Amino acid sequence: MLFKTFKIGGVHPPENKLTAHLPIQRLDLPKEVRIPVSQHIGVPAKVVVAKRDKVKVGQIIAKSGGFVSANIHSSVSGTVTKIEESMDSSGYKRMAVTIKVEGDEWLEEIDRTDALVPECALSPQEIIDKVAAAGVVGLGGATFPAHVKLNVPKGMKAEVLLLNGVECEPYLTADHRLMLEKGEEVMVGIRILMKALGVARAVIGIEANKPDAIAAMEALCKKGKGISVQALKVKYPQGGEKQLIQAVTGREVPSGGLPVAVGAVVHNVGTAFAVYEAVQKNKPLVERVVTLTGKSVAQPGNFWVRVGTPIENILAACGGLPEGTGKIISGGPMMGKALPNADVPVAKGTSGVLLLDSPESKRRPMQMCIRCSKCVSVCPMGLEPYLLMQQSQHKRYADARDQDVMDCIECGSCSFTCPSDRPLLDYIRLAKGFVRKLPKS
Amino acid sequence: MSQLLTVSPSPHAHSQESIPNLMFGVVYAMIPAALVSFFFFGLGAVLVLAASIAFCLFFEWAITKYMLGQEPRLWDGSALLTGALLAFNVPTNLPLWILAVGALVAVGVGKMSFGGLGQNLFNPALVGRVFMLIAFPVQMTSWPLPVESRLQLVDVSTGPTVLSVLKEGVKNGESMDAIMAQVPSHMQLFYGHMGGSMGEIAGAALLLGLIYMLYKRIITWHTPVAVMASTFVFTGIFWLADPSQYADPLFHLLTGGLLLGAIFMATDYVTSPMHPRGMLVYGVGIGLITTAIRLFGAYPEGISFAILIMNAFVPIINKYIKPKRYGEKPKPAAA
Repeated sequence: MLFKTFKIGGVHPPENKLTAHLPIQRLDLPKEVRIPVSQHIGVPAKVVVAKRDKVKVGQIIAKSGGFVSANIHSSVSGTVTKIEESMDSSGYKRMAVTIKVEGDEWLEEIDRTDALVPECALSPQEIIDKVAAAGVVGLGGATFPAHVKLNVPKGMKAEVLLLNGVECEPYLTADHRLMLEKGEEVMVGIRILMKALGVARAVIGIEANKPDAIAAMEALCKKGKGISVQALKVKYPQGGEKQLIQAVTGREVPSGGLPVAVGAVVHNVGTAFAVYEAVQKNKPLVERVVTLTGKSVAQPGNFWVRVGTPIENILAACGGLPEGTGKIISGGPMMGKALPNADVPVAKGTSGVLLLDSPESKRRPMQMCIRCSKCVSVCPMGLEPYLLMQQSQHKRYADARDQDVMDCIECGSCSFTCPSDRPLLDYIRLAKGFVRKLPKS
Repeated sequence: MSQLLTVSPSPHAHSQESIPNLMFGVVYAMIPAALVSFFFFGLGAVLVLAASIAFCLFFEWAITKYMLGQEPRLWDGSALLTGALLAFNVPTNLPLWILAVGALVAVGVGKMSFGGLGQNLFNPALVGRVFMLIAFPVQMTSWPLPVESRLQLVDVSTGPTVLSVLKEGVKNGESMDAIMAQVPSHMQLFYGHMGGSMGEIAGAALLLGLIYMLYKRIITWHTPVAVMASTFVFTGIFWLADPSQYADPLFHLLTGGLLLGAIFMATDYVTSPMHPRGMLVYGVGIGLITTAIRLFGAYPEGISFAILIMNAFVPIINKYIKPKRYGEKPKPAAA
């Protein structure tokens, strides 16, 4: 069987999918949740509850703050105890609502049964409104508000919906398990997304290291028309939006443009599931699948976790923090964020928590660049990381901009590959920050 | 929580590839050619290889420690590789003091004067070789003739290389058939039965090294294939035009260190282009200059000069030949 893949660059980090065979378990409710109001790309949501307010599960606690923003709902029932800034997975102190958990009382209109609701009679605009109201964001990690992507800009037309079931990050298995366990719901979610976008075709991209998920989704696709599965060769960063579009359709999103410019809209399979729950079950995005993993973890696993649950609580379910842990990462090893402590809450974009032991956590010292050109050959955007790093070091930000530094998707393939252990991506990020401040030319 | 956590930007994983890994990978790829040389040139080859490596390591260590005032970094394997490559480029009966001068020029001038590893513009081993070729032309061009499995260190039977025979023959107006009768057959050239520098003689062994390096992904095919193909094509054009005047392209490919240059010298990371498209341009440039020197220049060989000349063009190649960016030219929409 020939697998498709993206054309430029890419690397093969060890897959380490330790939890691929473990069913998703429901995590016990924590004593307290801390729900950040900024869990998505864009404007933070505005808090609409006050201290000592009683809230139910699914009740809105912060309203979308602009066009690119998302509603935030309470993931537990209880009393609001604090509304203050605290550290989240970004490493910054940002506004968050703390709720003391009392029982598990849900809003009445939410359908909490497992019964499949296959039919959706809503109009595209009603679907988009419902998705927006439920605070659904991209669950692959980028957390871009989902309803914004469903509003195709005027003059453009979506032709195909791509579902991202690639999960190219090593270790993570949340999407993999979701496709296996909630495949039918995901399929309904895909149909709803297709209806909202007005497209007749959808393709689910899944990497070849998940043959069971490919088989399961293919079987479900046969029941209807328009949706197909595309098996993809295992290569990082295939789950990148632009890489997935190239892999499946052969088209390239123009530099600085939107995917819909080439007729494609990409949503994660997890997002499709969240859309299903939002539209068919009236259930806002208050919980998600989180993989807790790492070679030293006693019992790694996949969990249904309420948003705002401290990572410590998942750790406790996995046998506690292992001796000699050097790094706690929110996300995978390639693009995840290192956390300062395990107190940080799970957010909508937390697809996994990875623990690395001390030796794995440390970078080796940087050596001279030997100009081996490996960073150039692995860059999936066709950039020259060695050159961008030099320009960044010399503060030549305008030159870096002219060498397309803003096209960098920060996948980390360059730093991963560099035999001299040079922090290429660190310097490229720095340059991107400065380029944003440059006067437009 | 009692443990201190590391907080650093992504990525949190590394390929574990390292400079010593890559450098030693190239050294391993040189082993077949070295063994062929030991077989035909005996102890002289062993001695030259060992001495060259020792000299290069010593100069790197001494210059780093006493002139740059830094901690020597012999572990990275780059001085070892320079030493081995330098040995591959000299006759096995070269007086050791000349080799020491060559090693000093290679490491001291060719590499450390630019700032050390990664900073040099020209291939250090070739800088050393070309310096010796110009300063000591007699010693650098009297080659021991191959004798199968010999053991004595010094041999009086020296002779010109195959390409010198060709050059002299053409100059004296001999016919190509007469010249070809004086030199080893193509098959002999392929397995190394000819006079020449230590590492240049066995095409088969060098190609084995190339396959190893490609398999290990130490280098890509672009540079070596571009050099070989372009030399083959350019010399082939002249051969087709007048086979009585010009040797056949396969002959050119197997002689005069062309394979050594294409596989081990032109592919040097530091002094070759940063992108496959640039590598192709660079390789074709080397093939073109090599052909020009061989057919019309004063030197019988020419790949050393060709590589050094193209080394000088590498910065400009990197500036103007860019990889194809993602999203640069959107394909016309087609479902």
